[in-house]
Amino acid sequence: MAKRDRLSGNEAIAIALRQINPDVFPAFPITPSTEIPQYFASFVANGQVDTEFIPVESEHSSMSAAIGASAAGARSLTATSSCGLAYMWEELYIAASNRLPLALALVNRALSGPININCDHSDSMGARDAGWIQIYAENNQEAYDNMVQAYRISEHKDVRLPIMICQDGFITSHAVENMELLEDGEVRSFVGEYEPENYLLNPECPMAVGPYSITDYYMEAKRNQAEGMKHVEKVVLEVAKEFEEISGREYGLFEAYRMEDAEYAVVMIGSAAGTTKDAVDALRKQGQKAGLLKIRLYRPFPAEAVAEALKGVKALAVMDRAEGYTNHGGPLGADVLSALYRARAKALAVNYIYGLGGRDVRVEDMEGVFATLKQIAEDGDTGETYRYLGIRE
Amino acid sequence: MYPAGRKSFLRDGAGAGRDTASGGLSPMFFGNILKKGRRKMSNLTEIRWHGRGGQGAKTAALLLADVAFQTGKYVQGFPEYGPERMGAPITAYNRISDTQIRVHSNIYDPQYVVVVDESLLEAVDVTNGLKKDGAILINTSRPKEELLPHLKGYEGKVYTIDAHKVSMAAMGRYFPNTPLLAAIVKVAEIMDEETFLREMRASFSHKFASKPEVIDGNMAALKMALEEVQ
Repeated sequence: MAKRDRLSGNEAIAIALRQINPDVFPAFPITPSTEIPQYFASFVANGQVDTEFIPVESEHSSMSAAIGASAAGARSLTATSSCGLAYMWEELYIAASNRLPLALALVNRALSGPININCDHSDSMGARDAGWIQIYAENNQEAYDNMVQAYRISEHKDVRLPIMICQDGFITSHAVENMELLEDGEVRSFVGEYEPENYLLNPECPMAVGPYSITDYYMEAKRNQAEGMKHVEKVVLEVAKEFEEISGREYGLFEAYRMEDAEYAVVMIGSAAGTTKDAVDALRKQGQKAGLLKIRLYRPFPAEAVAEALKGVKALAVMDRAEGYTNHGGPLGADVLSALYRARAKALAVNYIYGLGGRDVRVEDMEGVFATLKQIAEDGDTGETYRYLGIRE
Repeated sequence: MYPAGRKSFLRDGAGAGRDTASGGLSPMFFGNILKKGRRKMSNLTEIRWHGRGGQGAKTAALLLADVAFQTGKYVQGFPEYGPERMGAPITAYNRISDTQIRVHSNIYDPQYVVVVDESLLEAVDVTNGLKKDGAILINTSRPKEELLPHLKGYEGKVYTIDAHKVSMAAMGRYFPNTPLLAAIVKVAEIMDEETFLREMRASFSHKFASKPEVIDGNMAALKMALEEVQ
């Protein structure tokens, strides 16, 4: 039986983790993700979980400890944001290359500088090539649901890769919203026990983790990671199907909102997708064929499916909540445009940078983007493809 | 200050790039009819709180979301932080609706504004975007007439409550958010008083499980505030 509740995004993640009852949770606080270990520490103190909670002295250490625990055979995770993720950089690659299926609850926040505590995606976008699976949420419900599904994806024998469950700092992490929680027992039986095949604390099969790899082997190791990534899309969809059976909530690689006959589409990640849905509905009422493609799985990038979903579109705007400093746009723009190129799509496309450092995005802003797309389709010309939304020049 | 400036540049800048450079294409291309259409979609109540860091404006917004949720509504309660220090102006927001809320932006045209600290009247444009058919609720001991010059000609209703007096009388300490919560529930007609008090007692019993001695004081502050708001 689902339970109606109203929770902040951070509470929602903490409750999912209580229900999962992981083995090891090392943590170091940073705004806006601090509440996750804070709530979780109270579950530990109250005896609601039997997780080994390790307060450490830095994010470098929290990720290192999560890696050590995972290598030892434990189900582990940590939580962080922004500079905390940046300080884990070295370890992110180590977790992925050792095929350790640990989790990271990431609350997206801008990287310094200028120093800023609010939401954008520059932290996780910077880590997009580290070999982690990345899944993003629009709202608190999705953050919770994604966390419940995380280990089923990362620990799958065909995958065995670390997973980052991302939500927007403050916008969802600190906003109280309605949501539905699953029963503790439902979550526990859905997630199941972690039974690692190879692990350090197995006396039957001694092994080394993270040894030096000479040139003769390094490339094969990296190719091996890519093999795991190849299976992620399939596993994400399988897990989503099973999740739907217990929750009634449907998930995919992305959400195609009113895309069936859309002529103008916005592609984006995160909380602003909800705002964009209101814009789409308003435009649809006026007979405008607007649609939204909200990316859920960003790494690996489901290029073929994205191109297929966008194939009927006349003009599209890819929205990046992070700069790429390519002089052409952001990381999502690069991924979507390369997917369209390979599918020989003819849509006219622009790439907006928006919402940096928490800059608010309104329904009217997104209506403005759709208006621009309509104009582009009428002109048959994109004009400048690299744009900033709502910037003071 | 902040919300005013932000509002204007976001509006002007929507659909940036070529649009602003050419000056040819209005960001409101699809017209104002849309706005009207959207308003009709649900009976949405939007509230904006102005306080100073440490006064509990965020907590009040979260408590309001909580109590409205208990009556079966869809809710949002969220803060907007400026500089992280005690005393800095902060804004918090509530959306309360009969239908699911998907929008994740701040609130620019609220029906109601709550001013937790009256010194903000001189520092922040508190009536910015406030609807004429809405109301502003101000925590003050002064008569309304003295406040009007700070409200930039706001034509809607003005309510006041002396949250300091209520809080000191009921709790012996100054927690402005408890009386203001009751006052805005009454002013915005969010629920009937009986339901509100019943749900708040349940909420306080949970929140203050480890210090039940403060529950009665908080309840007394709520009841007194329902009487005192004018």
